[in-house]
Amino acid sequence: MAFAVKDCALAAIATGVRAHNLRELRDNLLTVHPGSVYYHFWGGLLRPAFESREYMNDFANWSWKAHGLHDEALAERFSVIDPTDFADLEDLRQELVEVASERLEESEKLRLLHADRPFMFIRSQVVIFDTYVTFEHPSQLPTTAPMMTPSSFFFHFVDARRRTKDRIDDFREWLMEYGDEFRPLIDRLASLDPYFVTLTELKEKIVKIFTGYFAGETV
Amino acid sequence: MSGLLEAYAKAAGEDTISHLRQLSSTLNGMKVVHVNSTREGGGVAEILCRLIPLQQELGFDSRWEVITGDKEFYQCTKGFHNALQGNPVIVPERLLKEFEKTNRENAERMRDALEDADAVFIHDPQPAPLIKYFPNRKGKWIWRCHIDASQPYRPVWNYLRKFVAQYDTSVFSLAEFSQSLPHPQYIIPPSIDPLSEKNMDLPEDEVNRVAETFGLDRSRPLIVQISRFDRFKDPIGVIRAYRLAKKFAPGLQLVLAGGGATDDPEGGAVLGEAQEAAGGDDDAHVLLLPADAHRTINALQRAADIVVQKSIREGFGLTVTEGLWKGKPVIGGNTGGIRIQVIDHHTGFLVSTPEGAALRIRHLLLNREKREEMGRKAREYVRQNYLLTRQLREHLTLIAGLHHGSEDRIGMG
Repeated sequence: MAFAVKDCALAAIATGVRAHNLRELRDNLLTVHPGSVYYHFWGGLLRPAFESREYMNDFANWSWKAHGLHDEALAERFSVIDPTDFADLEDLRQELVEVASERLEESEKLRLLHADRPFMFIRSQVVIFDTYVTFEHPSQLPTTAPMMTPSSFFFHFVDARRRTKDRIDDFREWLMEYGDEFRPLIDRLASLDPYFVTLTELKEKIVKIFTGYFAGETV
Repeated sequence: MSGLLEAYAKAAGEDTISHLRQLSSTLNGMKVVHVNSTREGGGVAEILCRLIPLQQELGFDSRWEVITGDKEFYQCTKGFHNALQGNPVIVPERLLKEFEKTNRENAERMRDALEDADAVFIHDPQPAPLIKYFPNRKGKWIWRCHIDASQPYRPVWNYLRKFVAQYDTSVFSLAEFSQSLPHPQYIIPPSIDPLSEKNMDLPEDEVNRVAETFGLDRSRPLIVQISRFDRFKDPIGVIRAYRLAKKFAPGLQLVLAGGGATDDPEGGAVLGEAQEAAGGDDDAHVLLLPADAHRTINALQRAADIVVQKSIREGFGLTVTEGLWKGKPVIGGNTGGIRIQVIDHHTGFLVSTPEGAALRIRHLLLNREKREEMGRKAREYVRQNYLLTRQLREHLTLIAGLHHGSEDRIGMG
């Protein structure tokens, strides 16, 4: 039941596909590489960012921000999409297409509007490697987790949600193997929303949950 | 941990170094060679002279080769540079022949170093044809474009594309610069080295001494643009912005300083134009610095109240990163890589005209608190995103990616 700590690094690859308006965004979403859907949903956490993000994915950000489409309704609808609700990237892609199509039907303005700067479709390549660190038991979490890198937390806490059977993070999946013994810790981890913080903040919050739990703090 | 890695850990964070070490260990001491066209002057040389030792420290067999040519070769490659940034440049057939001949000769000289390397990074157009002369190459070849190639002059790009298309991959600083090519195009912004003479912390008395050397009065406001004397850096526009702002801030001083690069034959003419435009104003200093004047540049940037980089085309703009790292707000041209560094109203201001630059200079000179707040944000933004350690991590990720085909997820180790 040991937990092997892995780490990852993300490479960004230009697809050459770009959209100047919502119709092009919708049409390109139908065919773009699935790695691009991943990148624009999750990659934001692993690349240069300034303060916390207003919206949780690149489609929503482009819909609203300066030089994009300036359409708040579209940004809000893209933003509310929870990628863990979908079985795979193809289903998630379909949902994005649906939201874009629906908004195109609603707004004549959006059918004509061109963004100042195009949406550049980028795809990701994720390299995953062993750190040769393992947790033999959850009680090691408070002492060893602080040594994990922020990208390692990305891999186990964010990326895990599209790999694990129940679409949860790796820590919870591992703790569940102990039955109900760590239920309060599992619940605390479940209440942490990873999408609005930087990775460094995410690491701090998770480490705080581990240390607090094993120090006997109550929520 | 070695002294060098320890020093980087202090600047970039322990996490970053730990990550690099783990990623490096999966690549087992590969032989990596970088090739560019100058050992000093310009951003590429600056990155390489710091990147290579760091790669070596992490266990790579890394080396740096420089392509050499005569005056006609550099005339030709300067034409390419201008054309890739959008100028309609006709490069005569005679210069193209010289360009290919120079590459052929350099290929013979570098054969031993390049033929069996695991990864070869070829920087910018100057050495791009080298690949043609290595049909038996063992490793992966990567063309790294540092230029804003978002709207290249098509005839020149079509000529260069013949060579670039033969590479295993290419790397651009921004997605907007990518081109139609038959291989993956990675997006990797460049970076600065926090430990280099140009970016290390300096004692205040050294900053004062340098200011005194150039006749600068530290009790009066100072704006500084550091860049090669190149029309794309718009030195004349900077002088105009300074003049417009000086009407409202009579004590304002300007430093427009840069070194020459051995691969830039137009620098002298542009320097002359800038000197003429600034003539007759004792507070406008146009300085040609030696290529190794890194500490001087560091001190000038630290002496500035505001750093300016009013380029009209810019691949990335390392001088922007340098200014931000020193905690200065940067007024930058709204173009290329400057856009991802100057976060408008947070780390500085993006401007499109000399008038816009003058307006922001006046605004910042009046608001000391705003300057300080922007400076704090600027330094942290660079620490998290634009230090050498991040660029190296992305190079290693690329190498790992290339050696494992085109899968989206690659498991190593």
